[in-house]
Amino acid sequence: MMRRRTRLLQAASIAIALLLALLPLPDAVAPFRPFWMALVLAYWVLEHGDDTGLGFAFFIGLLLDVVQGSLLGEYALRLVVIAFLLDRFRSRLRFYPIWQQVLAIAALLVNDWIVTAIVHAFLGQPQHPWASLGAAAVGAVMWGPLHALLATLDRGRR
Amino acid sequence: MSSYPGPAAPRTESIAETLRLLAYLAACIVLMAFDRHGGVMQRVHASLELVAQPVWKLAGLPGRIGVEMRNNAVSRSQLIQDNAELRNAVAVAGARMARLQAEQAENERLRNLLGASQRGRLDVQLAPILDIDLDPTHQRLVLDAGSNQGVHLGQVVIDGGGVLGQVIAVQPITSTVLLITDPDHAIPVEVVRTGIRLIVYGRGNRLVLGNIPRSADIKVGDRVQTSGLGGRFPAGFPVGTITKLKLDDSRAFLEADLAPAAQPDRGHEVLLLRTLPGGAR
Repeated sequence: MMRRRTRLLQAASIAIALLLALLPLPDAVAPFRPFWMALVLAYWVLEHGDDTGLGFAFFIGLLLDVVQGSLLGEYALRLVVIAFLLDRFRSRLRFYPIWQQVLAIAALLVNDWIVTAIVHAFLGQPQHPWASLGAAAVGAVMWGPLHALLATLDRGRR
Repeated sequence: MSSYPGPAAPRTESIAETLRLLAYLAACIVLMAFDRHGGVMQRVHASLELVAQPVWKLAGLPGRIGVEMRNNAVSRSQLIQDNAELRNAVAVAGARMARLQAEQAENERLRNLLGASQRGRLDVQLAPILDIDLDPTHQRLVLDAGSNQGVHLGQVVIDGGGVLGQVIAVQPITSTVLLITDPDHAIPVEVVRTGIRLIVYGRGNRLVLGNIPRSADIKVGDRVQTSGLGGRFPAGFPVGTITKLKLDDSRAFLEADLAPAAQPDRGHEVLLLRTLPGGAR
C-alpha cells in the first residue's frame, strides 16, 4: 500500500501536470510543450507500479480530456497505452541508467504521437503539426530532472 | 541462442493485463465515438466541464497577473503618450460618429418612409478572455464570464475587427467559444463588393471560402461580411479579406484563403452580442 504522504505527492504532481498543460505559452513555443502528464504517469507507474495501473491512467486521462476540451477518451486512450507499455517493461526500465531511460521515454512519446495521429485520422480531426514531434524530444529531456525531483520528494518523506 | 531467456511463456497475469488494456481501449473508443456523435454523452461532457471551471480559473491566473504587472510597470511618459494618441483617436472617432449618426437618422427616416421594421441597436457585453491553452487541434477560447453574468448558448462573439465565433458551452462562471477558424465551424457570408453569398469554413488556424463558381466576380482583396442567412449570425459584420484565390481539388470551383478580420490573439476582452441587430433577414 502507498503511504499517505506518497499519495499526497501523487495528487499534487497530477494537479501540477494538469495546470502545466493549460498554462498559456507563446505561439512559437507552444508546439514544444512536453506531455507533462505522461511523464508524471511514467514516474508513478515505474516507481509505484503496484498501486498505479491502467485504471489510474484511464482516470487521469479522462480528467485531462475534460480540462483540455478534447473528446472524452482521447487522452485516456493515450495514457492507457503509455501505462501499459511502461508496465510491460517496468522491471527492465527501472534498472536502466538514466540516459537509457531518456531514450526509452523518447520512444514512448514518439509512439504516443503516432497513436494520436491514428486516433485523429479515424475521428477526422486535424493532425498535430510536425513540430509537436519536438515535444517528444523536450519531454524526454525533461525526464531526468522530473524523475530526480519526484524521487527526492518521494524518498525524503520516507 | 543468447543466455538471456527472453520473455517467458505468457503467464496468466500478463494475459489478464492485456485483456484489461483491451477493455480500457474499447472504453476510450466508445467514449470518443459517443462524444462526437451522441447527444447524451455531450450533456455528460457539459456537466463534467463544471469540474474544469476552477482548474481553468487557476491556470488563467498567471496570464492575468502578467497583464496586471505590465499595466503597473507602464511608465509615466508612456501613459502621457498613450493619452495623447487616444485623445486624437477619440476626436477622429467622434467626428466619424457624428457623420454616422447623421446617416443613421437619414436611414431611419427612409426606413420609416418605406414602412420597414426598425432595426435594433447593437447591444453588447464585454467579457474577459481567460488566458489558457486548450487542446491545440481545436480552435476554442474560454471566457471569464458564464451564465451568472448572463452569457447564453449560441451568443455571437465579436471583437473590434469582426466576427470571432459563437458560444458553444456555458458554465456558471466560464463559457467556451468556438472560433470561426475551428474545422467544425462554418459561417454564411457575402462578398461586400458584389453581394455573392458563400460559406466560410474554418481550417485550423485559417479561414477558407469554399465552392465559389468559376464565373463568380471575385478577386483578391475583396472584403467578406456575414450575410445573416441561417439566423445565427446577424448580417453585416466583417469576417475577413480574401488573400489568395485558387482552383479547388475538383477544379470546377474556386477556393479562397481569407485573412480573418477579428484578431483573437490580440487584446484580453471580447464582445458578446446581446440582441441581434435586425436579426435574420
